[in-house]
Amino acid sequence: MTLTETRTPPAAIDPAAAPPVRRRPRFIRYVLLSGGGIVMMYPLLWMISSSVKPSNSVFTDESLWPAVFDFGNYARGWTALSAPFEVYLANSLIIVTLSIVGNLLSCSLAAYAFARLRFAGRKLFFALMLGTMMLPGHVLVVPQYVMFDKLGWLNTYYPLLVPHFLATNGFYIFLMVQFMRSLPQELDDAARIDGCGPFRTFWKVIMPLCLPAFATTAIFTFISVWNEFFSPLLYLTDPELYTVPLAVRQFMDSEGQSMWGEMFAMSFVSLAPVIGFFIAGQKYLVKGIATTGLR
Amino acid sequence: MTAPARALAAAPRRRRRQDRAGYLFLLPWFGGLLFMIVPFFASLYLAFTEYDLLTPPRWAGLDNFREMLGDALLHQSLKVTFIYTLVSVPLSLAVALGVAIVLDRGVRGLAVYRSVYYLPSLLGGSVAIVMLWRYLFGYDGIVNDALAWFGITGPAWTTDPDYALSTLILLHVWTFGAPMVIFLAGLRQIPAMYYEASAMDGASKWRQFRSITLPLLSPIIFFNLVQSLIASFQTFTQGYVLSNGSGGPADSTLFYNLYLYQKGFAEFDMGYASSMAWLLLMIIAGFTAINFLTARFWVFYDN
Repeated sequence: MTLTETRTPPAAIDPAAAPPVRRRPRFIRYVLLSGGGIVMMYPLLWMISSSVKPSNSVFTDESLWPAVFDFGNYARGWTALSAPFEVYLANSLIIVTLSIVGNLLSCSLAAYAFARLRFAGRKLFFALMLGTMMLPGHVLVVPQYVMFDKLGWLNTYYPLLVPHFLATNGFYIFLMVQFMRSLPQELDDAARIDGCGPFRTFWKVIMPLCLPAFATTAIFTFISVWNEFFSPLLYLTDPELYTVPLAVRQFMDSEGQSMWGEMFAMSFVSLAPVIGFFIAGQKYLVKGIATTGLR
Repeated sequence: MTAPARALAAAPRRRRRQDRAGYLFLLPWFGGLLFMIVPFFASLYLAFTEYDLLTPPRWAGLDNFREMLGDALLHQSLKVTFIYTLVSVPLSLAVALGVAIVLDRGVRGLAVYRSVYYLPSLLGGSVAIVMLWRYLFGYDGIVNDALAWFGITGPAWTTDPDYALSTLILLHVWTFGAPMVIFLAGLRQIPAMYYEASAMDGASKWRQFRSITLPLLSPIIFFNLVQSLIASFQTFTQGYVLSNGSGGPADSTLFYNLYLYQKGFAEFDMGYASSMAWLLLMIIAGFTAINFLTARFWVFYDN
């Protein structure tokens, strides 16, 4: 299901001829849309505002603009947990980077086979791949945990990384297949005539043209792995290995100590990379979910 | 050997070489397939055993499933998950569709609105946002402050068993941006001339929505519905973080997968956890099958 953002423009209408009554509903529309936008953004703005309020005024100072600023929340929050926050950021960054590399490599290889090569069983495997996209992950959790335990991989990053190197996320394969199918077949033919085997064709001809699809995959991998909570919770027990979400959650255990300002400060630090990637990669994100329904 | 004969003899060889290239490219994916298929059947086997990870699995027949019949917590977790899914999925899809239609009517600053509405869907599943929700809906949180302006005394949302789940339903609705963007892309595909022609024939906006927008968008509604249902039945993080792992207050946020996690990885009753996993798989498969079976009555394909 590929959707592109094209629409045939409506027939030219003389703007002066438009009846003036149209103006009021349009005005209401903008009021509703902006009001909705404020409601949608308010939780985030409140979090940012609370992150610079003194902890004891988070729930008494209701205004978004703090009466008293306390930027010390960031410094205190940074060191409030069992390890300084840069440890968690580094852990998450390692996992995210390797996951992106794994997804790009393994999914693009599989996508190339599905999109451009002819081999026995291709249709069957493609159908299987689409099937795994709908397979609920929770069914696999217990045996996978047992397997990682037997391999001695508990409390390591392998359980979090290996699946990404094995093209287990069908959405990314599907996204790349859609993209590769839109490239002209003549490219492969020309490369073959010039003596390229399938690997050279893939590496030198197809890969460079797929950069937009790779960008989409990388951004989605970044956001989903950065936010991932269940697998790290399951597989990591040593606090030194914690990812950012596990670290932030620790603030809930110290609830009684009224560290709200510090908690919101680190919460915002944990979301900032996602928001940054969103702003930088919006174009690819919107195109990506329109193509595959990723979220 | 004549030239055509040689070409004929070479054909199977070339096909074999092509096959080999295809399989080589798929090598990581084959590994991944094993990584899913083996655990898939292993969990089916474990569902009929008693297994604590330390001693080998012991065949238990239908014991786990019999135990499920009398497990009040399991029933509670099913109830929580069903209410959550059946309320939040239609609600958020309806909001997504409504906002997409308004945005599609051509508004100035479309990109800004789209970003503002879409961003929350990237953050909704994160620990920080669920924790934030706890405080937004706290007894002296801003939601109750806002209600107080209207003279309403809000409940203690997150600690009152009657309200805790509804805060998570609202969190789900807050993330309507992802289906909205898909709807928007779908609406763009509907040729404007359909609307122009029907307007000339005197069709009302509502009539246009029912007779043009809904049928032409139905494949996308269907896709969003299937995906959202599957995802929603597996909700975990929201319940875990809001209740700090307990599923409280009074088990009102004990999502199915949270209870499965407690059984499998806190009590290490892995046989029971596996049979729970298969029950949920059956439920999800059932809902997906109903979706696909009823699709021909309401999903309209152009070709």
